[in-house]
Amino acid sequence: MSADRIDPKLGLAGVLFLATAFYLGTLVSSGPQPAATTPPATTHGGAAAKKLAEAAAAPAPSVAAVDARPVFVPLPMDKVPEDEFGKMARLGEAIFHDTRANAGAFVGNDLQCRNCHLDDGRHANSAPLWAAYLVYPAYRKKDHEVNTFQSRMQGCFRYSMNGKAPELGDKVLVALEAYAYAMAKGGPTGVAVAGQGYPRLAEPATLDAAHGKAVFAEKCAVCHGADGAGQNDASGQTTFPPLWGARSYNWGAGMASISNAAAFVKANMPLSQAGSLSDKDAWDVAAFIDSQERPQDPRFNGSVAETRKAFHDSKMDMYGQTVDGVTLGQNAPPSGATPKQQ
Amino acid sequence: MAIRTLGKAAALTGALLLGAGTRAQTVDAKAIVMGGAANGANACSACHGDQGEGRPEAGFPRLAGLNPDYIVQQLNDLASGARANETMTPIAKALSPAERTALGAYLAGLQPPAAPVEPKPEEKVVAEGKKIALQGLWDKDLPQCVSCHGAGGVGVGVNFPKLAGQSAQYIANQLDAWKTGKRTNDPLHLMTGVASKLDDSQIAAVAAYFESLSPVAAGGAQ
Repeated sequence: MSADRIDPKLGLAGVLFLATAFYLGTLVSSGPQPAATTPPATTHGGAAAKKLAEAAAAPAPSVAAVDARPVFVPLPMDKVPEDEFGKMARLGEAIFHDTRANAGAFVGNDLQCRNCHLDDGRHANSAPLWAAYLVYPAYRKKDHEVNTFQSRMQGCFRYSMNGKAPELGDKVLVALEAYAYAMAKGGPTGVAVAGQGYPRLAEPATLDAAHGKAVFAEKCAVCHGADGAGQNDASGQTTFPPLWGARSYNWGAGMASISNAAAFVKANMPLSQAGSLSDKDAWDVAAFIDSQERPQDPRFNGSVAETRKAFHDSKMDMYGQTVDGVTLGQNAPPSGATPKQQ
Repeated sequence: MAIRTLGKAAALTGALLLGAGTRAQTVDAKAIVMGGAANGANACSACHGDQGEGRPEAGFPRLAGLNPDYIVQQLNDLASGARANETMTPIAKALSPAERTALGAYLAGLQPPAAPVEPKPEEKVVAEGKKIALQGLWDKDLPQCVSCHGAGGVGVGVNFPKLAGQSAQYIANQLDAWKTGKRTNDPLHLMTGVASKLDDSQIAAVAAYFESLSPVAAGGAQ
């Protein structure tokens, strides 16, 4: 077994599989799966097995085709009145679109909200903002607290944007919340609707980061660069976001979890070719991307081993693991870096 | 006069002796643009203008301000047949690698104003194109054009050319070529997929929008 080959030691049958399926069903990404809408483990395992069979029959099944959750159509922004509320919601849309320009004080890398939530947070299966709004407040295992929608978004700034969390009630959070609410208006609260989060993929028996490196070179590097650092346009603005390194999301971000990254990649990448990668390619390329160094987890307590134990104790999390002789997190650039110098 | 001729001869001999590795420094790209190359390539300016500004109404693209590596890549593809074009293939074949490199660098550095276009497209067509370019058509899983070609269509690296100020006729021709399989040198066949999601009126709209943008606005030479 090569150093960058990861073996999560997973079986695809029996109790372990059912437990895994249940675990996947309750994992949190952009929003939790409320208990009420989580099917029993046996049902879920059956559905996951069906997905596997379908995946075997057709290499690239439509992600929408297997989403049995209730359908909700978000309100388009041109239906939102131009009143005081509408102004705040549109400010939220602007922050979502160009986070650096409109909320730069809280951003420490070269990412924008819309990099992981496509179409300015509207696109289904790309953790859309309107679907997330419907499932908060909720208890999250990440911080063992009931998160409000605003406190959930504080996490986005702290981890995914490698920046600084705005205070609760800050105009940035109020605007983003107004934007989410404007789109979610009329939707069923407490229900994970179709398109919410990233569609979960059945876990593979093994992850092969070396194969993922080849997938990256073939399918991702044309936009994100061979070194994963992203690409700027001719006027110096970031067009393709960095996927690792000092200007990307930090170790505390949801996307640093291989299962989240694989789900996002399968449903959304390469841009305009959603669903074109096989599940294996999506898993392996996610394993490769999330086996690269990135900014430190802001919860780092001085010891990578202890920080892993406290916050990263998962087979889908490479923080603190040793790849090619290097312990990830050991040489991480500092968290909460400074905004981009244009 | 005699000394100058001698000097020229010496420089030429030196270049020949030094070989292909340093020939790029001796290629006069401007001379090729204006008068063609010794080995049979026509003058670029005949179709693309003295300053590489293009002839928009005829669909001859603006070359000024494109990414230099993109220009070289397209010349290479035209020469190899990876990009088929009856006019450009023989010209590209006639250009040496050093000449292609020199032309890329020279044309990338030109910043002439946009060539005039008559008649102007209808405002509502441009507006429809703007919507597609900036918002995409996500009901067809079609992302914003600017999500790959950069804010304002200024271009990104070797693979995503500048669209701002490009000939609408040229853009429409290329989208049509991808859609019908006549052009296939797009990385990952991204543009084949994108073009197949646009109907003829959407192609015309998005092409008109990018043509309407200034090619020399913020964003510099590329």
